[in-house]
Amino acid sequence: MIGEWLDIGWVDEIPVRGSRTVQVTGGGDIAVFRTGDGKVFALADRCPHKGGRLSQGIVHGGAVACPLHNWRIALDTGEALGEDKGCTPVIPVKVSGGRVLLCRTATMKAAA
Amino acid sequence: MEHQTPSPDTREHLVVIGNGMAGCRAVEELIARDPTRYRVTIFGAEPHVNYNRIMLSPVLAGEKTFEQIVINDHAWYATNTIELVTSDPVQAIDRAAKTVTARSGLTVSYERLLIATGSDPFIIPVPGKDLPGVISFRDMADVDHMLEAAGKGGAAVVIGGGLLGLEAAHGLTLRGMKVTVIHLMPTLMERQLDEAAGWLLKSALEARGQVILTEANTAEIVGDTHVEGVLLKDGTVIPASLVVMAVGIRPSVALARDAGLEIGRGIKVDDHMVTSDPSILAVGECVEHDGNVYGLVAPLWDMCRALANGLTDSHSGYRGSVTSTKLKVAGLDVFSAGDFSGGGACEDIVLRDASRGIYKRVVVKDDRIVGAVLYGDTTDGGWYFDLLKRAEDIAPIRDMLIFGQSFASGGGAADPKAAVAALSDDAEICGCNGVTKGKVVACIGAGNTTLDAVRATCKASASCGSCTGLVETLLAVTLGDEYSGERLVKTMCKCTSFGHDDVRREIVAQGMRSIPEVMQKMSWSTPDGCSSCRPALNYYLLCALPGDYKDDQQSRFVNERLHANIQKDGTYSVVPRMWGGLTNPRELRAIADVVEKYDAPMVKVTGGQRLDIFGIKKEDLPAVWADLNAAGMVSGHAYGKSLRTVKTCVGSDWCRFGTQDSTGLGVKVERMTWGSWMPHKFKIAVSGCPRNCAEATIKDFGVVCVDSGYELSVGGNGGMKVRATDFLCKVATEEEAMQYCAAFIQLYREEARYLERTAPWIERIGVEYIRERIAEDPEGRDALAARFLFSQQFTQDDPWAARAAGEHREQHAPMARFTPIDGTREMA
Ligand SMILES: Cc1cc2nc3c(=O)[nH]c(=O)nc-3n(C[C@H](O)[C@H](O)[C@H](O)COP(=O)(O)OP(=O)(O)OC[C@H]3O[C@@H](n4cnc5c(N)ncnc54)[C@H](O)[C@@H]3O)c2cc1C
Ligand code: SF4
Ligand code: FES
Repeated sequence: MIGEWLDIGWVDEIPVRGSRTVQVTGGGDIAVFRTGDGKVFALADRCPHKGGRLSQGIVHGGAVACPLHNWRIALDTGEALGEDKGCTPVIPVKVSGGRVLLCRTATMKAAA
Repeated sequence: MEHQTPSPDTREHLVVIGNGMAGCRAVEELIARDPTRYRVTIFGAEPHVNYNRIMLSPVLAGEKTFEQIVINDHAWYATNTIELVTSDPVQAIDRAAKTVTARSGLTVSYERLLIATGSDPFIIPVPGKDLPGVISFRDMADVDHMLEAAGKGGAAVVIGGGLLGLEAAHGLTLRGMKVTVIHLMPTLMERQLDEAAGWLLKSALEARGQVILTEANTAEIVGDTHVEGVLLKDGTVIPASLVVMAVGIRPSVALARDAGLEIGRGIKVDDHMVTSDPSILAVGECVEHDGNVYGLVAPLWDMCRALANGLTDSHSGYRGSVTSTKLKVAGLDVFSAGDFSGGGACEDIVLRDASRGIYKRVVVKDDRIVGAVLYGDTTDGGWYFDLLKRAEDIAPIRDMLIFGQSFASGGGAADPKAAVAALSDDAEICGCNGVTKGKVVACIGAGNTTLDAVRATCKASASCGSCTGLVETLLAVTLGDEYSGERLVKTMCKCTSFGHDDVRREIVAQGMRSIPEVMQKMSWSTPDGCSSCRPALNYYLLCALPGDYKDDQQSRFVNERLHANIQKDGTYSVVPRMWGGLTNPRELRAIADVVEKYDAPMVKVTGGQRLDIFGIKKEDLPAVWADLNAAGMVSGHAYGKSLRTVKTCVGSDWCRFGTQDSTGLGVKVERMTWGSWMPHKFKIAVSGCPRNCAEATIKDFGVVCVDSGYELSVGGNGGMKVRATDFLCKVATEEEAMQYCAAFIQLYREEARYLERTAPWIERIGVEYIRERIAEDPEGRDALAARFLFSQQFTQDDPWAARAAGEHREQHAPMARFTPIDGTREMA
């Protein structure tokens, strides 16, 4: 029986207003973010523009600015903000007892 | 028991475990509905009647006495024929026999049982946690302990900078103890407050004499027979005779678990607070409803209502609660409600009033309030919370929402212009400079039709700027269509109404020391800025406070954060420094080895005469650096807004035209300037004669050696718009050339705007100005050069070495790795 939530580690391991990645063998990375006010979000680590590594961007408010061409992506919906159009897969996240849990199905789908 | 019933009481027997806030409230609700239905017995572990736990903080602070916080006195129990058993915790529940047994051995049978055991304080499992003098903050006994310790004076450490910890710290401070708060997270009350409000709170507490250590991790509590201090993981020891642990609470479920009830994070209950055993109910902090546990009283009231309804056969059940919090520390008004994390579809409405120390943030999603954080002025907290709970459509009052209820509903004005127009003439507009509306209007009337003109003339909005919006509205109201609304100065970004120069000037003038401080004092309109202002502020602070400012990694662009260049496929390129463009077999070999070992697909000579290794994976970077370091090479900073390279020609050593040792000078200049952070990338070149093989006249700083000395020129750029340098002056010696170079760089560092290269900077301010400051003002030049060299001593550390040694290791390695067991099934 495979659990639906993947335990990836402690919340504190993600820098505030920063991110960490989760590697899925044979697939793309997942970027896990922590905002200034302590919320955790996860997206496929792939900008809808030209595939920039969102995990390497600057996190501000509830968005991340892609390091390649500065598109801003909403962390909760994965949508590009402002004039830009595009969407990155969102992975549901839970924080429980200080541990970060990713939705397994969504993770595998986003990494595929 | 105080009250004797003459005939045996045949009513259904309800036994309550826990004489706290929820247990007694449930009984109150029940009595209010049907006073005759149940015979009630309450067991309490504490020796007291039912008191208001949240008022323990004021008791500790000396603002209230225990008598003043009693909710139900003995008379209440007597009048309602409730039997109260105190100081006798229940230790077992026998569900089959339907009895409970207390510590004293007293066994009572029940028809209905209500568990309201509340929470247990969480004690971090560090050595020394059981020493006398280490206590939690939960009940009256804890307060008595603290008061006793405070009576002896001395120092206290509070572990935990949340609501409870800060209230304890406040009380102990008022009682005369020297208090240090240790908090694991970067900001205080991080669950309730955002970073901006957390920063304000920290500053205010520090102003009251408390020491607040954030990102501090407790390793051990030290002492022989009694606590003597706290040892942090970083080795710091803080002496203390009292340690209060306030790091969190856990639902108290041991009793229920032993009885075999279903437990999640708390005792699981349904919408009528019934547990997995139909005759047992549970309420308060010890329960889990619909996946949630609560640590505040408001939800308990809702639960108690639902529970009483269930017990009296009416049907509205509990649906969960939205919560709000306030900090009960006199003079520090802090309020937080709902979800303020923001997100894509959310918009933040932020008001920062620096002169009054106010920060308000309301988070709006689809025209509904979803969260609010207020600091300094919490009068409208209840109003926002009410709008939030009722999911009221705020579109009609949106523009005035942040000014609060009285403003938003004042005079039915649905337009901020009308609201401002309605202000009286002596209403204060600018708090810093005491400028009234009348004065601003008169000033505009006298022909000052732009914000900057108003600022210059009557000083409104010229200090902290928090009234900028009001002044702009006044301009619009007074001038009507004439007011274009356009600022002359381009603002730094959408988060502020100030331009770069204003921000830089104020950082220095007001001695600001951190990004949140700048954002508060200069009234930023976003909670934590954006990807344009944060890197700029980080740089300005770094430049203003060499050696003192703590660099903010998360406000740096990825290249600087990872000390390598990100490429379009997400890999990185690495450029080791080659002083003056020189290299040797050992370095070349090390580079060749790295290329092979890490499978780098390409090596290239850069425009700045360095070797660039392409296609390195993020996780391999530390190992690559370690290998290059081993060959004596350091980071070339080819990724940074910083000194990149010093390009040289071969000069007098080899070239038949060479007049001076251009290579040697280039090496010296690079040794002096490497590692310095700048507004933008910065390149230097030194050519040995006017043939200029190093192309020194299209560099930010160029030296062309001639027979009689060194020609210095500045502001060149080979970028998108090629610009040749302006001649600065000629100097006679190498030493002078170096000193002028240092002075010029420092002037650029201190005065250019972030992301402005020297070429546009010089075109903006004129090369004359540079000549005045560098060539014609020897004292000013010395001072600039001295400031440059001073700041260099803090930054000439190879960032690669630190990283190779493991610093910020987490930025390179993934947090976790997964291998799908069976791809097809998993991805279905
Ligand atoms: C110092 C302090 C300040 C607070 N400030 C606020 C605030 O400002 N706002 C807010 O909303 N909330 C605040 N709270 C939280 C609030 O007090 C709790 O949410 C509330 O008291 C929970 O009620 P309860 O009945 O579930 O638990 P409690 O009030 O803790 O009651 C549980 C009772 O059960 C007793 N008990 C436990 N086990 C047994 C047993 N086996 N047998 C018999 N008795 C037992 C305990 O001794 C205790 O008296 C504060 C808490 C503290 C400690
Ligand atoms: S700049 Fe002059 S000295 Fe330098 S290499 Fe060219 S010709 Fe020779
Ligand atoms: S790839 Fe993200 S903005 Fe272009």
